[in-house]
Amino acid sequence: MLRIHDLRVSVAGKEILQGINLEINPGETHAIMGPNGSGKSTLASVLAGRADYEVLGGEVSFMGKDLLDLAPEDRAREGLFLAFQYPVEIPGVSNANFLKAAVNEVRKYRGQEPLDAMEFLALMKDKAKLVEMDPSMLSRSLNEGFSGGEKKRNEIFQMAMLEPVLAILDETDSGLDIDALRIVAEGVNKLQNEHRSVVLITHYQRLLNYIVPDHVHVLYKGRIVKSGGKELALELEEKGYDWIKNEVAQAAV
Amino acid sequence: MKTTTESTDLRSKFAAEFEVIESGMNGGSKSHIHSIRRAAIEQFTVLGFPTIRNEEWKYTNVQSLVNRNYVLSFRHEAVLDRAAIEPFLLDSLNAYVLVFVNGFFCETLSSLPAVQGKIVVGSLAASQQAYGMVIREHFAQHADYSSDAFTALNTAFAHDGAFVWVPDGQVLDRPVHIVSVADARSSDVFAQPRHLIVLGKNSQARFVETSGTVGEHMGFQNGATEIYVGEDAVAEYYRVQDSGGQSALVNTLNVHQEQSSTFTTVTATLDGLFVRNNVNILLNGERAEAHLNGLYLPTASQHVDNHTLVDHAKPNCNSNELYKGVLDGNATGVFNGKVLVRPDAQKTNAFQSNRNVLLSETASINSKPQLEIFADDVKCSHGATIGQLDEEALFYLRARGLGEDRAKALLLYAFASDVLDTIALAPLREHLEIRVAQRLHKDF
Ligand SMILES: Nc1ncnc2c1ncn2[C@@H]1O[C@H](COP(=O)(O)OP(=O)(O)OP(=O)(O)O)[C@@H](O)[C@H]1O
Ligand SMILES: [Mg+2]
Repeated sequence: MLRIHDLRVSVAGKEILQGINLEINPGETHAIMGPNGSGKSTLASVLAGRADYEVLGGEVSFMGKDLLDLAPEDRAREGLFLAFQYPVEIPGVSNANFLKAAVNEVRKYRGQEPLDAMEFLALMKDKAKLVEMDPSMLSRSLNEGFSGGEKKRNEIFQMAMLEPVLAILDETDSGLDIDALRIVAEGVNKLQNEHRSVVLITHYQRLLNYIVPDHVHVLYKGRIVKSGGKELALELEEKGYDWIKNEVAQAAV
Repeated sequence: MKTTTESTDLRSKFAAEFEVIESGMNGGSKSHIHSIRRAAIEQFTVLGFPTIRNEEWKYTNVQSLVNRNYVLSFRHEAVLDRAAIEPFLLDSLNAYVLVFVNGFFCETLSSLPAVQGKIVVGSLAASQQAYGMVIREHFAQHADYSSDAFTALNTAFAHDGAFVWVPDGQVLDRPVHIVSVADARSSDVFAQPRHLIVLGKNSQARFVETSGTVGEHMGFQNGATEIYVGEDAVAEYYRVQDSGGQSALVNTLNVHQEQSSTFTTVTATLDGLFVRNNVNILLNGERAEAHLNGLYLPTASQHVDNHTLVDHAKPNCNSNELYKGVLDGNATGVFNGKVLVRPDAQKTNAFQSNRNVLLSETASINSKPQLEIFADDVKCSHGATIGQLDEEALFYLRARGLGEDRAKALLLYAFASDVLDTIALAPLREHLEIRVAQRLHKDF
């Protein structure tokens, strides 16, 4: 579904991603962990199509297409979804109106009829229930004045509405209280199936207790320096990153 | 050669026109109002049309506009039918409608209250006889013709316009819609509507003014409005400038507010070649409250200038000002917002904000807040921003599948809707929501 080959990316003249290789198949759950500033959000943003990054080299194919060639909206329409680490507040744009436009754009791209007002409302109610979102938030301006946790929940709600084939969740767990974490994780699990994949960017094992990953990767200084199964996350939780940093330092000698 | 000079020198043309009108007046030339007209034409002759050396006109150059060969509206019999003025009507307002063509009242196109009760809604010219006292008390008392050339010119030729008088304690049951059309079908035309609105103590009224040009030639309207808002009165005055074609507008709103009165004005400029809007508000009684908001969306080579003055002359008053602009193409804009807090005006609250989005490299705006504060116990703030659309927000929307144009339109509409939300008159707000959405290509 997604194949990243030797991706190198710089921001403001600084090389942040220094050769990323990653393959994600349908139905898989991957976790990407790693110290602060190692390039996790950069990777997610480049995949989603943010403009201020310069791709120095490498290829990314998504659903058989050259991902880096697509405009951000076309990536979304192809089924890529990024739950932002820091969702933007957009005053004056209502959550519901915006989502109706988004859902129908995606449907149009897929050759489906647009949803009418009634159908859309029903879908929204259904999905809001899935992530136990207060319906009053739907009529409010997009993320405006939302608490940290509410913003994260709104991201997952949008994901539920758009039904992507690949969802990248960038630290969706941070800022969520214990109950919200469970609700959101259950929501993600319900959306997953053998055609849909998830990438979880996280610092904590507790999310991975709910959404169990098939693969865990450690991103450090712009490279994936270690990959393993779900046990790797447990090991990191216990021992921190020093041993990995040491391994990398040793290898460099 | 002489004729060319005459036809292009609009100032002399107006001076000559004044003499012609005056000589045809018989006894009328001795009237109180005419003595004001005479003072005003003398003042205009001294001032002349402003140049960019005048600080108030630094970024708005009227020279090329006033050098055209206008037919002065007094020389022009205008007959328009309903179809021609249709674009300026707003049926959903269910309003009393006063239509002025080239500054003169057009009764057949207007719709007045079936029975005139205590409240007067009509034309200024027709009201001179019956309401001379009220008119004399207020005419040219609130619009300063000593320093502003356009106001002087308008005052000199003030003959017709809307006259609305809402006596003490009365409430106007419907909005009054003032429609000002320049008939430029056969030539460039210069028109000068003059409106007078007198609102007694504890009265209430709402007004909508739409203006524009019919025809292919240039329609220049130099309009002036005086509004007296009595003690405890509540008034709204909305200006909608949404005419296609060759439209030039200098529109000056002069408001005098008494104690505990509330006045709200919103100016929406969606179209027009050249627009200069002035709002001058005098807060002349304690606890008066003024809200001034504006939205302007010039494109191509359109020019929109909003000049506002809020004069806090008495203590405990509030003023609130929000002007927003979206400028595209080669459009140019000006915002100049002056807040004057006089020594007496303690406990003043005055807020002002001007925010602009430039959509093209060639669009520009000059934004200048001016605070002159002579009292010490006041709360005043102002801010001006000029920028592009928020890239983060744009990316967020695109990452959800919205195309770039649509995402931009959505953000622009959200930006503009702040101002539209301040329109309390629902049918007007709904109309403008649709128009603004169309202008910003928000096609859903
Ligand atoms: N626009 C930018 N200009 C300069 N440096 C940037 C920019 N964006 C990211 N960086 C730098 O790139 C590096 C990687 O940032 P990134 O946000 O990808 O880290 P991360 O792994 O997501 O960290 P965290 O765990 O704290 O979220 C950081 O050193 C960051 O400062
Ligand atoms: Mg990050």
